[in-house]
Amino acid sequence: MNDRRLEIIIGRLLQIGVLIAAATVFAGGVLYLTQGQRGRVDFRNFTPDSSDLHSFAGIVHSAVHFQSLGLIQLGLLLLIATPVARVAMAVVGFALERDRLYTVVSLIVLLVLAASLIHAG
Amino acid sequence: MTAWEFSAVVWGLSFLAGFLGALTGLGGGVVVVPALTLALGVNIKYAIGASLVSVIATSSGAAAAYVREGFSNIRIGMFLEIATTLGAILGAFLATRVGTHALAIVFGLVLIQAAVQSFRGNKGGDHPVDSDALATRLRLGSSYPVDGNTQEYGVRNVPAGFGLMFGAGTLSGLLGIGSGAVKVIAMDRIMRIPFKVSTTTSNFMIGVTAAASAGIYLSRGFIDPRVAMPVMLGVLGGALLGAKVLVHARVQTLRAVFAFVVLALAIEMIVSGITGKV
Repeated sequence: MNDRRLEIIIGRLLQIGVLIAAATVFAGGVLYLTQGQRGRVDFRNFTPDSSDLHSFAGIVHSAVHFQSLGLIQLGLLLLIATPVARVAMAVVGFALERDRLYTVVSLIVLLVLAASLIHAG
Repeated sequence: MTAWEFSAVVWGLSFLAGFLGALTGLGGGVVVVPALTLALGVNIKYAIGASLVSVIATSSGAAAAYVREGFSNIRIGMFLEIATTLGAILGAFLATRVGTHALAIVFGLVLIQAAVQSFRGNKGGDHPVDSDALATRLRLGSSYPVDGNTQEYGVRNVPAGFGLMFGAGTLSGLLGIGSGAVKVIAMDRIMRIPFKVSTTTSNFMIGVTAAASAGIYLSRGFIDPRVAMPVMLGVLGGALLGAKVLVHARVQTLRAVFAFVVLALAIEMIVSGITGKV
């Protein structure tokens, strides 16, 4: 296992992750637009309501009931997960290379990401 | 506007932004946010939320292509991500505290910087340097392909580069952009990393940096699915097409035109911020 092989594998996995995320967002979007959206939309004012779409549990709950906005948010969550997965795979890769310094470096980045994502938990 | 009209217009604008962003290397976010706020009257907090998500999509989507070229340096990227992710968390918290007018003005100033850097063009291309003591201990130096040969390069000024990367992360979290321009300055100009390595490693870092703000954006309601859906699908599609035609395009002229557009948007953003229109 060398750096380059590791990066190529990671790059491919990321691409697949992005495609799955985009497909999920697209499916949610089609559902949203075909469910008779007749009213006007206006995003002039910042009114963060519908808070069930602002947490992991709420999004998953909404998505498994095939609610359109929940599906879109689930796709976006998958997308946000791709760089996190990239860092996690780097931790494993550096550990396999027995590169202690960079295993620790990538672990620190992973912890910072986790600390930030806990906010949406 | 109806939901259909809004989604279609936003998708089209985002596709164009992603396409031009990929061709010019400025990224889609710098155009998407002003387009949404100035042309469609979308609140800037929803706009930067949607932009942040699309930044992650283009970074992760392009990763495989960049890796194949063999320029990106995963060690430099990972080490500097400690700085960018911490900065991104700070920036995202600031974004939840700062008012929309102030956000618009700061955004405009960053756009001016991006346009100016684009006008100057990307020279880079200095001779590779030897690593200094700290960079040697961190094993940041590596090699990259040049005309079929392998060119070794070193890294300098790690603390200064690390500090500027924290600033790049803060801007990214505050404005929902990749801030690739600042990342490239930190690596190319300050740390003396070859330009090709700097730009591809910057792309690698952009997605991870953005992910560090995403949790805070999500929990504070910046990411509205009705806005983010067409933006993400549009920017991603445009960026993928842009990467495909990049090889054949004459980028110099396009870059200059795009820089003018960005400059115009910057002035409009600042004026709108000051007069309270955004």
